[in-house]
Amino acid sequence: MIAVDLPYWAQSLLRVLGGTVAVLLPAGTIVYLFLFKMMSFMQSRLGPMEAGPYGSMQLFAEVGKWLQKEDIQPERADKKIFKIAPLIVLVSTFILVAVVPFGPDAFFTDFEAGVFYFLAVSSVSVLGILIAGWSSANKYSLLGGLRAAGQLIAYELPMVLAVVGVVIQAGSMNMQQIVFAQNHGSIFGWDGLGNPYVLTQFVGFGVFMIAVQAELTQTPFDMPIAESELVSGYMTEYSGFRFLIFFIAEFANVGIFALIASVLFLGGWGVPFSWFGWDSMDAVDDWMNIVGPLIMIGKMLALSFLIMWVRFSYPRLREDQLQRFAWKVLIPVSLVNIMLTAILKVAF
Amino acid sequence: MSEFLRDYLTVVWFGAIALVLAGLLLGIAALVRPNKPNAQKLIAYESGVDPVGDGWSQSQIRYYIFALLFVVFDVEAVFLFPWATQLERYGTFGLVEMGIFVFVLLLGLVYAWRKGVLRWV
Repeated sequence: MIAVDLPYWAQSLLRVLGGTVAVLLPAGTIVYLFLFKMMSFMQSRLGPMEAGPYGSMQLFAEVGKWLQKEDIQPERADKKIFKIAPLIVLVSTFILVAVVPFGPDAFFTDFEAGVFYFLAVSSVSVLGILIAGWSSANKYSLLGGLRAAGQLIAYELPMVLAVVGVVIQAGSMNMQQIVFAQNHGSIFGWDGLGNPYVLTQFVGFGVFMIAVQAELTQTPFDMPIAESELVSGYMTEYSGFRFLIFFIAEFANVGIFALIASVLFLGGWGVPFSWFGWDSMDAVDDWMNIVGPLIMIGKMLALSFLIMWVRFSYPRLREDQLQRFAWKVLIPVSLVNIMLTAILKVAF
Repeated sequence: MSEFLRDYLTVVWFGAIALVLAGLLLGIAALVRPNKPNAQKLIAYESGVDPVGDGWSQSQIRYYIFALLFVVFDVEAVFLFPWATQLERYGTFGLVEMGIFVFVLLLGLVYAWRKGVLRWV
């Protein structure tokens, strides 16, 4: 593709930079505006209108505004850790994107165990939240951080177990293979739709989306940042640009988890391969590298809409209700789902 | 460099871009933002009331038994994934084996449940 013979590190850097600028930045801007508008309409208001046509430049206005805010660090805080915490959240958000495939050749990494990578990295951002809560030397923040840790412990498991069903069906932990298996599959011999796992793994999909809601600390699972009791929990003491990093990472994480859920359950970047007679990964036409990212963004918008819709429709759970729901409902359900999937897989 | 390590190089680039971006913006912010600290501003926020005691106060971590259970199930997940990828090859044998394994784990969960560990105390 590139005529000049660049060393490998430069090639991969260019790929990442290009991907970030060409796909992630526009996608981020669109998703940010979409979510803002959506939540405004749900609350019967207009949302951002001033920055750019129809408020489309809101993200940049936000950055420009927060750049000018004073950076207050409480005297008693553990300053070094206090400064690092938002960076941990930001970095873990960024490196989570690396595993998402956007097209037959438009992927950043092709891990054999991509599902493992995603599950491992997705729990790193909570470390940032935990140390932000601890280093602030504030009681609200400390409680918020501890609640976040308890919530991660409870909902990490349903999420992991829900993904096992997908891995059983696809027979692979590679994200590209999972996309391929879904679009190349067939439902009882009919391949007009492929076999998006949301149809066969609907229990897993439900458990996964609930767990994602909890991992993202969105309402009804938002005790760690409950504004009416903990004053934003671990973010209480943050101001200025460091606060904005937390704030944007929250929205970015919604988008990225939506991307990953669409890869695992909704067929990812693909269209059913039978439409065009593709029968292997190599046979997929090159134009899918352009259409694929667009399909992914569409699915991301749909799923993040779902996450936000739930967020604005349900009241907050209590801490004990949250733990009970995870351990006594979600985990047994997902274990039974795994065994049923396995039995059906072996039987057919 | 092997293909495997090359994939991780990409991950490193993503991390680096995040850090450079944040560093750049924080650097710009340091140039344009005001900096007027005073003693009142720098004390911990407790809804407008002067904070009582230390911010690092003792609090009861109620979910430590959940944390122990979590470790058990997380290790289980590590066993489940390799099995899940190879289920087609193992067939009925693998199914029965994993059925026993998951059943024993479920038994553990039921035991913890009956003992009242899964209750918020």
